[in-house]
Amino acid sequence: MSETEKTFGKKEKKLIASILFTMAGFLVAILENLLVPQFAIGVALEVYDLKIFGLNHNEAFRLILICLMAAYGLSGIFSFKSKKKAEEYIQKARFRFAMGIALGIWDYLGTKIKVLPQPFFPGPAEILTAFLSEGNYIFQNTLYSLRLYAGGFVGGVLLGVSTGILIGWFPKVKYWVEPVLKITGVIPAVAWMPFALTLFPTPYSAAVFLIVICAWFPIASLTKQGIESTPKSLFEASEILGSSTVYQVFHVAVPYAMPQIFTGISTANGFAFTTLVMAEMMGQPGGLGYYINASKVWSAYYKVFAAILVMAVLFSFITWLLNIVQRRVLRWQRGLIK
Amino acid sequence: MSEKRNVVLKMEHVGRTYRDEEKETEVLQSVDFSVRQGEFISIIGASGCGKTTLLRLIAGLDRPQKGRILLDGEEITKPSPKAGYIFQQGNLFQWLTVRQNIGFGLKAQHLYKEKKDKIDEYIRMVGLKGFEDVYPHQISGGMAQRVSIARSLICNPEILLLDEPMGALDSFTRADIQDKLLELKRENDITMILVTHDIDEAVYLSDRIVIMTPHPGKISEIVEVDLPKPRHRGSESFFELRRKFLERFEMATAQPQPEYII
Ligand SMILES: Nc1ncnc2c1ncn2[C@@H]1O[C@H](COP(=O)(O)OP(=O)(O)OP(=O)(O)O)[C@@H](O)[C@H]1O
Ligand SMILES: [Mg+2]
Repeated sequence: MSETEKTFGKKEKKLIASILFTMAGFLVAILENLLVPQFAIGVALEVYDLKIFGLNHNEAFRLILICLMAAYGLSGIFSFKSKKKAEEYIQKARFRFAMGIALGIWDYLGTKIKVLPQPFFPGPAEILTAFLSEGNYIFQNTLYSLRLYAGGFVGGVLLGVSTGILIGWFPKVKYWVEPVLKITGVIPAVAWMPFALTLFPTPYSAAVFLIVICAWFPIASLTKQGIESTPKSLFEASEILGSSTVYQVFHVAVPYAMPQIFTGISTANGFAFTTLVMAEMMGQPGGLGYYINASKVWSAYYKVFAAILVMAVLFSFITWLLNIVQRRVLRWQRGLIK
Repeated sequence: MSEKRNVVLKMEHVGRTYRDEEKETEVLQSVDFSVRQGEFISIIGASGCGKTTLLRLIAGLDRPQKGRILLDGEEITKPSPKAGYIFQQGNLFQWLTVRQNIGFGLKAQHLYKEKKDKIDEYIRMVGLKGFEDVYPHQISGGMAQRVSIARSLICNPEILLLDEPMGALDSFTRADIQDKLLELKRENDITMILVTHDIDEAVYLSDRIVIMTPHPGKISEIVEVDLPKPRHRGSESFFELRRKFLERFEMATAQPQPEYII
């Protein structure tokens, strides 16, 4: 048996151990939920209809744990395919194990014995009752948020990139528009809320306006920077190769500025989440921010947590998508920067 | 030269002065010079004598204040694909692959559809087969210069201007690109003007060598290189000519001795 085969065998063993270790954390949580009886009073064990089958909150919690366990188990099995993936999996095993254990402890402290201050800190299973009892309503609010975000963010990107190009390319535009950008850019977009609500026909369009404004500033100023920093020699080279001015803008300056444009877009993405939630909390007929506000009035903190959970998943997903687009567009940079 | 071909490039009393605040620097003074179709010209001279300035004027990247420059009988007023330019460092578009860089000129001139088959031809010509789809940061400096040469040649220039294109390369890569240049010149019957600091390179490649002197920059001498082609870097006649040439170069560039120096 050769040396390399032996070491790979070792790696495989380690990966198997890591998979079992990861799953063990969630198994502990499942067993905790299943075996520890409900000490604290005031937690009703209701059965909710979820489409075709009925679930109580403990069953829903365990279902989630089983899904997580299965997902990590499967990803572990797929990690056998490459050494790099295996190493990554092994490296993450401890954190994932701790996550399972933490869920178990939280369930014990939050729901089973209820020692955390109530009603502010419900257990994980109770948070799930929000989805079980009004999942449809949460879904509708999520869609509302998503629609606001999409409208505002796409608008902000388009407006930001085009203003940035104009400022970066035309000195006259720079002279007149850049100061305006600098002054208005530092104002948090939500400060315009009262005006937006009176000036725009619907609360929805007012919120879209705010998100456009908040995304506009970082994207415009970074696009401008990128366009302005394009080396003169690249313009000269392209001119000698027969480019018109318009061709130079879109085939030299904009591609050169693309890394900076994406830095602007990522920053704007974060701003847009903040503005979105704040706008919804201040005067929208729907959305996750609105849902949080409405639930808080009734002290239904488990619903607040449910909305936060949706935000975490949704915003992570959007950020992940943006990263994929960025990596695709900037694939020429791979290996160029660390 | 034995056969006299027609003049492609003609410089008449070309002068260029840079002004900043109060100081005026005369960078080029009354340059008169013509280049014939298919000639290989090298320009050498001390740093700061205006070689780059002259080349940029020919490329249309800069305008002369005095005199005029004619390419094919027409005055040069702006950059055009008729005069290709190779910059000192590759100056490639980092976000485009080797193939896309070479095709840039065709796309910019809306000739891509008719002429895209030429791209493969030029990739082969500069010896970059197998590297078509990598990005500039993944290739060596010598390869980058060859991409840059292919990128210019695909636009079918009348004349190719090269500003110390091999300055940053090691001597093996240099020799390689020098031979490539000669081969491309033979195949395409293209006129080339090369700025260089390397006398061997100038002697090896050129039909004529232009020696420039600074303060203000002007042509001090034009030397014919009458060595038969193909030339060999190691041959006796090559060394002989190189030695003679060095002497002339030293004479031409010798500073007049100030009197107060002992
Ligand atoms: N844009 C400019 N403004 C002012 N002076 C300039 C400018 N460009 C060049 N010069 C001056 O013109 C002179 C000649 O410059 P040039 O770059 O043509 O020299 P060169 O012969 O190419 O030198 P090197 O061999 O070092 O490249 C230098 O003294 C330089 O300072
Ligand atoms: Mg120079």
